[in-house]
Amino acid sequence: MSAAVTGVAGAFSATLKRDLLVAYKRKNDLMNPFMFFIIVATLFPIAISPDPEQLSMVSAGALWIAALLASLLAMDNLFRSDYEDGSLEQLLLSPQPLYFMVLAKNLSHWLVSGLPVVLVSPLIAYMLNLPDDSYWALFLGLLIGTPVLSLLGSIGVALTVGLGSRGLILAVITLPMSVPVLIAGTLAVQETQNGASLAGYLAIMGAMLLAAISLAPLASAAALRISVN
Amino acid sequence: MGQPFLAKSNERKAVFWVNLLDMSDSPQASPAEKNNSNTMLVAESLFCERDDRILFQHLNFELTHGQVLQIKGNNGSGKTTLLRILCGINDSYEGAIFWYGHSIRARREEFFSELLYIGHRVGVNKILTPMENLRWSCNLQRSVADQDLRTALSAVGLRGFEDSQCFALSAGQQQRVSLARLLVSKAKLWVLDEPFTTLDVEGVALLERLIAEHAENGGAVLVTTHHPLTVPQLQTLFLGQLPEGESR
Repeated sequence: MSAAVTGVAGAFSATLKRDLLVAYKRKNDLMNPFMFFIIVATLFPIAISPDPEQLSMVSAGALWIAALLASLLAMDNLFRSDYEDGSLEQLLLSPQPLYFMVLAKNLSHWLVSGLPVVLVSPLIAYMLNLPDDSYWALFLGLLIGTPVLSLLGSIGVALTVGLGSRGLILAVITLPMSVPVLIAGTLAVQETQNGASLAGYLAIMGAMLLAAISLAPLASAAALRISVN
Repeated sequence: MGQPFLAKSNERKAVFWVNLLDMSDSPQASPAEKNNSNTMLVAESLFCERDDRILFQHLNFELTHGQVLQIKGNNGSGKTTLLRILCGINDSYEGAIFWYGHSIRARREEFFSELLYIGHRVGVNKILTPMENLRWSCNLQRSVADQDLRTALSAVGLRGFEDSQCFALSAGQQQRVSLARLLVSKAKLWVLDEPFTTLDVEGVALLERLIAEHAENGGAVLVTTHHPLTVPQLQTLFLGQLPEGESR
């Protein structure tokens, strides 16, 4: 039993380290989602109104949409280069369960593309005049919600990785699945302003995260096997 | 995949056959022989079609310890497809494949731990160094010490290139990175898809030696190549139509 566990752990950490290393060496890809998030969020005051009152109304929704689009933008890198250079076949032929390999890739992907967005979000929220009592709701919501977005997105990427020209198909598959996260995330911010307890919303989002961690890699793994066929 | 070499795209009647050459010492598998301890991999009445074109049908063969099976065929005859089917990457076939008497679909993890596949695309990430690539692909199978990886890389002629990015390496050197996996792996079955294409004369000799040694040590090798192999344990499987002048 312990040999099997060390085998899985070894392959998991090897995959995680490799993906982090690849991300580190591709620095422009590393910065893309982060910069995209900041730019999209910056467009809202320009397009809507610089009036603090009005900004304060839309700030939480704007931040969540920007985070969702940034996560979508980064998704495409997840399996693409591995598919093109044949590494994905090595991954599929590993004797270790594909579930853990996909989970490792998702984790590294979120650390690189999701976490920076979460960390910078309070700063952007300040720029958009988010009400003072909503920072924790936004920050914790994004912290729990962005991994869900990554995990759901990886299903769409796994399904489309074998297609030559994909265009918008990834967004069409992924964005509808992301709607519940978006609803819970924005509601958490709005309703806590009205005096609701934050814990309830975080619990719902935590449940989404646990469901996504346990089920999404299975779906991604199955989709990868079909795509590489 | 290239264009079909015989059939027009909508013509299904064209005859394709699969022939076994030099298989006299390994008789066709019958169900009773499946548990023969010397038999590693058995393929039973494999059938595969692609775009309404039958690539192969009624394909039976078995692979025993110490055997090197070269799969020949024209471009587009389904060599790569056959290898991917035998590895379990491609699932769109009919028939059955047995690994030590058990279907590979049922015993996937057991089978994968004894399998080493080097495909057309060699699985080398160009941003990483040979060392980093090798470390990852070997650790997917089992934990390997860095020292063993360095030894393997210098054995395939990449001494001094361990820590330079694969972008800077030639296609042949990238192929050698994947060959280093052959040295580190303990897999019994090697499946190599066109491994000679980018190698120089020395590389070809090295790979031929590795294949021969692996077969001597009781392993088995499935290989597609147009390169004339000079390995003593060699047997040939021909896909598609035989070239002029060769008998069945």
